Amino acid sequence: MPTIKSLDDLKKMREEALRKQELKTSTGKTEIVVGMGTVGIAAGARETLKAILEFVDSNHLENIIIRQTGNIGIDSFEPVVQVILPGQEKVTYGHVSPEIVKTIMEEHVIKGKPVSDYQVKS
Amino acid sequence: MREITLHILDIAANSISAGARNIFISIIGNHKDDTLEITISDDGKGMTPEMVAIVTDPFTTTRTERNVGLGIPLLKAAAEACNGWFNISSELGKGTKVQVGFQLSHIDRMPLGDVPSTLLGLLIGTPEVHWTFRVKNDEKEFYFDDTELKRELGGDCLSEPEVIRYVRELFTEEIDALALN
Repeated sequence: MPTIKSLDDLKKMREEALRKQELKTSTGKTEIVVGMGTVGIAAGARETLKAILEFVDSNHLENIIIRQTGNIGIDSFEPVVQVILPGQEKVTYGHVSPEIVKTIMEEHVIKGKPVSDYQVKS
Repeated sequence: MREITLHILDIAANSISAGARNIFISIIGNHKDDTLEITISDDGKGMTPEMVAIVTDPFTTTRTERNVGLGIPLLKAAAEACNGWFNISSELGKGTKVQVGFQLSHIDRMPLGDVPSTLLGLLIGTPEVHWTFRVKNDEKEFYFDDTELKRELGGDCLSEPEVIRYVRELFTEEIDALALN
């Protein structure tokens, strides 16, 4: 994909993407939440978030909402990531390194199959 | 946390938790004065002087209830170990301003770290906040206000791949060109 040189270019690309999207049936958005409290940040949450952003960009994933939030409350499992597919229960993952991000994104976000290995059961 | 930007992320997370709608972050390097000054100011719910004392010196103050981690005292200690300074001013209902300075050339000063990724994560991850960033190295400056981006695109598309790419390339190119470490 080419470099986007200006805000105008970006706006045009967005309009085109939206037109394409309207052709598909609307299924809602997948939410990905990264815990960014002090403990999460110290444990590497910024690299985790960065890996998620890069994955969404390089795999051109539409209909995703990436959010950061404060402390999720399970300090010993940081960095913590939660994935919520449209209409489904949220799934919480612990110790999510950038490598694990790739697995979660490929299996859960794209294919819709939660990855049991890294899940934190509450 | 061995990067100044991780501390910036931590302070900004406090601002977000405080319900801020507007957050301003500035990172200013000045070789003539040999200083690196960081400011994070918000219009969140603010703190009483007692709360400010608690978040700044958690071990010398009666600790009853606080939602803020040890990030602030650690940052304060890191700055003071580098001929730096730390100041936090807050007013209930108005907001909070954190200012921290380091001697730019101090041997023990932690590196600034990954500024583009830090600012990108904040902008994309908290679309409800109006973000303003200033990164300056002597006369060279990068200034970003997200108003235009959000007005042109609408607020709820920040996580879309081409938006992430655009902002990341903009931040990386502009901030790397400043060569501030």
